[in-house]
Amino acid sequence: MTQTAEPGQAPSGTPAPTARPERRRRGDRVGPSLGPFILKLVLVGLFDALVLLLLMLLLGKREWTIFGVVLVAAAAINVIYLKKGALPAKYLTPGVVFLLIFQIFTLVYTCYVAFTNYSSGHVLSKPEAVQALLSQNQTRVPDSPAYPLTVVSKGSELGFLVVDPVTGQAQLGTESRPLTDVQAEITDGKAVSTDGWQSLTFAEILAKQNEIFSLVVPRSDDAADGTLRTQDGRTGYQFVSGLSYDADAGTLTDTAQGTVYTDGGKGAFVSSSGETLMPGWSVNVGTENFTRAFTEESIRGPLLKVTLWTFAFALLSVATTFGLGMFLAVVFNKKGMRGRKIYQAIMILPYAFPAFLAAMVWAGMYSKSYGFFNQVLLGGASIPWLEDPTLAKIAVLMLNLWLGFPYMFLVCLGALQSIPDELEEAAKTDGASAWQAFRLIKFPLLLVSVAPLLIASFAFNFNNFNVIYMLTGGGPRDMDAAIPVGETDILISLVYKVAFTGQERDYGLASAFSIIIFVIVAVISIVSFRRTKALEEVN
Amino acid sequence: MSATPSAASGGSLSGSPAGSRPGTLPGTARGTTTRGEHAASGTVGALEAPVESASARATRPGGRGPLGWLRRAGWRHVIGIVFSLYALLPIAYIVSVSLKPHGTLTGSNELFIEFSFESYARVLSDPAHPFGQWFLNSLLVGLCTAAGTVFLGALAAYSFSRMRFRGRRMGLLSLILLQMFPQLLAVVAVFLLVSKLGTIVPWLGVNSPAALIAVYLGGALGVNTYLMYGFFNTVPMSIDEAAKLDGAGHARIFFTIILRLVAPILAVVGLLSFIATMNDFVISSVILVDPQKQTLAVGLYNMVSNPNYADWSAFAAGAVMAALPVVIIFVALQRYIVGGLTAGSVK
Repeated sequence: MTQTAEPGQAPSGTPAPTARPERRRRGDRVGPSLGPFILKLVLVGLFDALVLLLLMLLLGKREWTIFGVVLVAAAAINVIYLKKGALPAKYLTPGVVFLLIFQIFTLVYTCYVAFTNYSSGHVLSKPEAVQALLSQNQTRVPDSPAYPLTVVSKGSELGFLVVDPVTGQAQLGTESRPLTDVQAEITDGKAVSTDGWQSLTFAEILAKQNEIFSLVVPRSDDAADGTLRTQDGRTGYQFVSGLSYDADAGTLTDTAQGTVYTDGGKGAFVSSSGETLMPGWSVNVGTENFTRAFTEESIRGPLLKVTLWTFAFALLSVATTFGLGMFLAVVFNKKGMRGRKIYQAIMILPYAFPAFLAAMVWAGMYSKSYGFFNQVLLGGASIPWLEDPTLAKIAVLMLNLWLGFPYMFLVCLGALQSIPDELEEAAKTDGASAWQAFRLIKFPLLLVSVAPLLIASFAFNFNNFNVIYMLTGGGPRDMDAAIPVGETDILISLVYKVAFTGQERDYGLASAFSIIIFVIVAVISIVSFRRTKALEEVN
Repeated sequence: MSATPSAASGGSLSGSPAGSRPGTLPGTARGTTTRGEHAASGTVGALEAPVESASARATRPGGRGPLGWLRRAGWRHVIGIVFSLYALLPIAYIVSVSLKPHGTLTGSNELFIEFSFESYARVLSDPAHPFGQWFLNSLLVGLCTAAGTVFLGALAAYSFSRMRFRGRRMGLLSLILLQMFPQLLAVVAVFLLVSKLGTIVPWLGVNSPAALIAVYLGGALGVNTYLMYGFFNTVPMSIDEAAKLDGAGHARIFFTIILRLVAPILAVVGLLSFIATMNDFVISSVILVDPQKQTLAVGLYNMVSNPNYADWSAFAAGAVMAALPVVIIFVALQRYIVGGLTAGSVK
């Protein structure tokens, strides 16, 4: 091995003239080593393959906006990982991608939904709503030709194999796939079987008759062409909607009665006499959700009550858990106390026990007629813990105290232990009683160190959905309200109930409520950041 | 939930604005001190005890006899026992109910008089409430989310701790701010987004555990990066520099050196994320609708929506089985968790 050969063999960066064998081995690692590089290429390749698949799917659905966003994002990610440098971006990108889609976008989207009428009757886009309306209320076309029909199945999916009475072409369709031409064996003008599908016997048709008689096969992609149905499993008839859509005028007409429905501007077709066709579609309704929330008495009243209770619940939860936790910490903050670790280990259990389970267990224990509290602890009383508005609030707070005190206990114990003993001794030397020493010296010090945690605990309890929803379900229900709301509901459980549990799922109104929470939380965090000065510590 | 930080009320600690402060050596550093103190106090206690019995007792205030003992030290134990009972009672109750062969709520109030595993067998074999399936679903979602959260969080924390770049301070501040807005606040939008995703990619739609995990991972950075960042800062930069001199690249330094040194915080974050996932009802209930796909929180809630008429002992058996893994992991790792959680508060 000569020195002149070195520069060519060693990767750049190795000081060639003085290189010794061991030095060169080390130098090999400085350059782009092959293993990790190949791994990186494979990973980027896999990612690109997935993106390509996604792009094809988007292309098929004609989702141009999402297509563009995905394309740009994927290109950016490729650049980040294939280009040299930009190291921070390489480490931040994976987390940021998820953060952007599932947290930041959803927060922004909530704000958008709050200004729409998105709800159970208004989830579709306008063209989708038109298609849905056309495929509803269908009636058999009078004097339409009969389709000779064979019921076929593939796995659990049922389909119709028919012969077009006009062209004589065999066609196959299912509930989700409109009729398409197929090769089939035709006997006496009837298609009896086709490859890949099992023809059902008469006995099988009888066994599945309910399913077959309710099967609706679209004749083409356009809902206006109507559908095929059968009432005997042997002949199919053409059904069309009683409505017809005039794309130019943007109106739907009831063909039998001649009623014309026009776009009423609120996401639904309305007739001149005020009749509304459902489903409608989602449209921007401006501030209507907020106007409703703040002016309609049947919403405003409950909303105000819920907001006040949310603050009360969060404050009282922090106060009670901190109070009990601190009391226990003071009691156990004695060096050399025997058995302290055992007590500590037992008292941590409620904190370790999953909160959602605890709430369900307590719901059983609170039961009026059979529960443990009434039957055993209160000797057969029948106190309506979860049925009475005031008692239900107390019940929720008692559960939350049980769940939360261990944490406050541990935190306070740690904080107390870190306060030097000399302070207390000095106070005692100066003639302070134990109570004075605690109240004037230890307590303020304790408060300083746990204050940020109390704020965090308040913020957490402000949105403590599980304790409320799993114990009382927000109940007892407020019967006068126009929205599903109860006496113990906090804002977040109200959002959930309005969006997902009511007769009508009102996503728009629920999002408007979410925005109220955003504003409150933002104010709380600004205040708490000012106080803790956490921002200044980031350097 | 949302990746809301944790089990009980104080869980949000991990995400508290002052959760862990850079530069004050949170995490292990803190944990060690706390442990050190405990060990020390333990030793002191052991040493003091005989001394007390020999000489101090007579001279102590409070006097002799049981009353004296009560006044001197016993009242602490009285309080300790009372509140231990308070902490234990609901747990003892549910364990006792689960051991009854067939109990409605009515017959479940006498504690520990019957012992049978019939309710366990029943809850595991009930076709209407596929408890075993829920358990597996929860485990799958919880473990994947925990692993993903640790990975994404560690990557981000490493770059914030070790690299200096434009927008770094801004990025950290935004993450602190974002953690005040947990995902459950946007549950409506999350639901609409996942429904939309499902129309494009069927395996990312409603009823897909993958979609739920992806949603949870959206909260991974917001909640944990700052906590991990503080811990990463406690690992001296000189270690990185030494490795760099030896020719290690950034990826090698991260995966083989740094990750090992910060293992305790990885465990804490993974655990908190697992517990938070197990506890989440809001998001999992809107994404996983089919009974076969549901998680424990949603399935069990539907099972006992009215405790008065439910198969209460079967629910109790399910609850005990569902709580056991969480409680065991928590108690086993409590020293790390408590150390990590209180890191910011205790100076």
